[in-house]
Amino acid sequence: MARIVGIDLGTTNSLVAYMKDGTPTVIPGRTGRTMVPSVVAMTDNGLIVGDPAKEHLTRSPERTVYSVKRFMGKGLADVQSELAYFPYTLTEKGGVIRIQLGEKTYSPPQISAMILKELKQRAEAHLGESITKAVITVPAYFNDSQRQATKDAGMIAGLEVLRIINEPTAASLAYGLQQRTQGTIAVYDLGGGTFDISILKLKDGIFEVLATNGDTHLGGDDFDRLLADVFIREIRERHSLDLTAYPDHMQAVRLEAERTKIRLSDELKTLATIELPDGKGAFTREVTRDQLEALAMALVERTLAPCRFALKDAGLTPAGIDEVVLVGGSTRMPLVRRRVQELFGKQPHCHLNPDEVVALGAAVQADILSGGTTDMLLLDVTPLSLGIETMGGVMSSLIRRNTTIPASAKELFTTYVDGQTGVDIHILQGERELTKDNRSLARFRLKVPPLPAGVPRIEVTFLIDANGILNVTAKDMRTGESQSIDVKPSYGLSDQEVERMIEDSFKFAAEDVGARKLIEARLDAGALITTTEKSLRDGSRLIAADVVSAIRAALSALNTAKDGSDPKAIRARMVELEQAAKPLSVAMVDESLKQALHGKKVTEVT
Amino acid sequence: MPVPLEAVMDHTHTHNPSGRRELQMARSMCWHCSSEVTGEYFCERCVKVQPVSKDVDYFTCLGFPRRLSIDQQRLEAKFYEMSRAFHPDFFQGKTPEEQTISLANSALLNTAYRTLRDPIQRAEYLLDLEAGAVKEIRTTPPADLFEEILELQDTLEEYRSADRTSAAGQQLRTKLQDEQQTLERRKTDMETHLQRLFAEWDALQDRGEATDAARATRDKILKQMREILSNRTYVKNIVNDLVATIS
Repeated sequence: MARIVGIDLGTTNSLVAYMKDGTPTVIPGRTGRTMVPSVVAMTDNGLIVGDPAKEHLTRSPERTVYSVKRFMGKGLADVQSELAYFPYTLTEKGGVIRIQLGEKTYSPPQISAMILKELKQRAEAHLGESITKAVITVPAYFNDSQRQATKDAGMIAGLEVLRIINEPTAASLAYGLQQRTQGTIAVYDLGGGTFDISILKLKDGIFEVLATNGDTHLGGDDFDRLLADVFIREIRERHSLDLTAYPDHMQAVRLEAERTKIRLSDELKTLATIELPDGKGAFTREVTRDQLEALAMALVERTLAPCRFALKDAGLTPAGIDEVVLVGGSTRMPLVRRRVQELFGKQPHCHLNPDEVVALGAAVQADILSGGTTDMLLLDVTPLSLGIETMGGVMSSLIRRNTTIPASAKELFTTYVDGQTGVDIHILQGERELTKDNRSLARFRLKVPPLPAGVPRIEVTFLIDANGILNVTAKDMRTGESQSIDVKPSYGLSDQEVERMIEDSFKFAAEDVGARKLIEARLDAGALITTTEKSLRDGSRLIAADVVSAIRAALSALNTAKDGSDPKAIRARMVELEQAAKPLSVAMVDESLKQALHGKKVTEVT
Repeated sequence: MPVPLEAVMDHTHTHNPSGRRELQMARSMCWHCSSEVTGEYFCERCVKVQPVSKDVDYFTCLGFPRRLSIDQQRLEAKFYEMSRAFHPDFFQGKTPEEQTISLANSALLNTAYRTLRDPIQRAEYLLDLEAGAVKEIRTTPPADLFEEILELQDTLEEYRSADRTSAAGQQLRTKLQDEQQTLERRKTDMETHLQRLFAEWDALQDRGEATDAARATRDKILKQMREILSNRTYVKNIVNDLVATIS
């Protein structure tokens, strides 16, 4: 069986991992970093992803997409309250959000697909083989539409998504494999944009999820936003400057808020600095951990209610939890750790890298699917109740939340009027009584043979598969014939749309490769320029003046090429610069050897 | 050579007092290689997974007799064992037919386990199997609780329209909290009574008598169980409503 990789498609960062000789291992990129920032930028030379795209957040904020996971499986109305925070333009088509980048619009699955492709290429480069199959993680509390959108993203990226697996349960697999724990564990997963709590029973290699709960719109992003709001307010007061009119500076504020928050996990106070527009200097402000915690308190409290609900659904009290495992970058915050410890009455386990553990777990699940690991089995649950709309706009529950998946329910339908040829069915997900308070998943029309009222008997089977995704089938009980159902998703791309996006993604792949080569060449050129300039400063006195001017000429030629869009030209100028600078590096090596013989360093002499 | 009748009987047997029970398969013939299936979950000849019959009851599915007291440890162990046999995770590289069977078997197994794991759901399910009718939903209070419930409804109504911070509101709240405790006690009493009936049912089944007297006892136990189960559900709903109002 072809290799299956595990992918953590995160709000802020994404990772890819695989099973290496029985040990899950994260695949690093060219620079050695394991995390790919989940950022996609549209540049004049095409789309770029990850670290280089992150630089565009402040340079071209209106064309740089971050936190796209927040929009997966959603309509515009769902995110209305936070639209003002995003510098890029969002529209909606067919119940799916579209993001405007240049002249084109992209659905969230398409943007996510670009991140997935980056990870796919990274894995292919590292493993030296083509990668076409993956396990992708999602927040446990993701609904059907959000899961389907993630699966679509995989398809658009050219990946067969063999399994959608919940992030906290993935973490538990990695944790369980490493620690060989038995007993009941709670996984508290606070990421960049989502929060999950899962309670599991670990016994003899079986990982049975007892209950899960969460909030798919609560994470590190929200902490950053609170802090950024303080900065913006104070800048307005102190400098009479409304930063909201400057999208690039808004991004700078957001990024500085994030860095400040991160620093305050280790330090008790830190200095935040933000460059102001129009030559108004810089805004600096000391932020203490206490101040951050006062801001963040309400958000952290919001994670505790889902924890209590999950405990209740699992039929447990905090004393019944043997271990608490922390997952997600936001659990580095001391306030989070403190509150979790207070709730469960025990010190949480945080020996695992909270950024990597989900991807590692996905790799373990991938290995289970490929038949490599046979002693471990994950029994997960559906996070939300599934039902259908009945008379009076009331939801009738068919599969309760926290039911082990795969799960199925059957419902018999008949007609109320003679000769009626169809029954409309509206599928819902959620815990509320009324249709309007729950999430609409899909609608379909059941075909019924024209018969007297009450005579037709159509049995509809609702099956939630191991991915937590709904499948619907129908059977006429009188004839025993199956009926194919065309389910129209309320918040998803149609099959045809996904097909078209897959085609598009192939079409643009060639352009993407070009853009990628250019970016890499520019990055490498930038590094070479920096080191050569440093060498010139330190060692120009060691070489002849004409050599120095030759180096300077080659430097400026490379700088020009770097601003152009031809990667080949950049590479050629780099070779020329390396040639020109050769006498300099030789001279510097000689010099340092000479100094070493005299027991002195170059810097001490000059 | 004709298959001995006994062997066939054994295969479709659901009540087997000797202890170990074979899982009943949809067919005694393998869907894939058409040989007789002798293995528990898989065809021994072609090693293909076999579909669990849709008609099999949950007790049979998990290999337990139709009794109301179940050893939770053994039930869980059996559930894990069967999950390891059927879960779709282990069928990723298999044929689409096997994947479909694995999915359907797992879904059935999960439903069976969920139903039998909980004593109340288990009893309701058994009642459904033995007496046919589904559990009835009560809309009026049980006779012995009639007065009490009516008064409680009035108090709830009063509390909902009262100013909760006022002294009168506080007083109503205390009254409702007392009422909640009374009802919780009632529920516990009902559960104790149910436990007794469960034991009676199991004892009767173990004796396995086919006399008229035994049948009458059986019907009496089932009738009482149905009555208490529906009263308990009613009280539970009232308590939930009460808790939602005062919390």
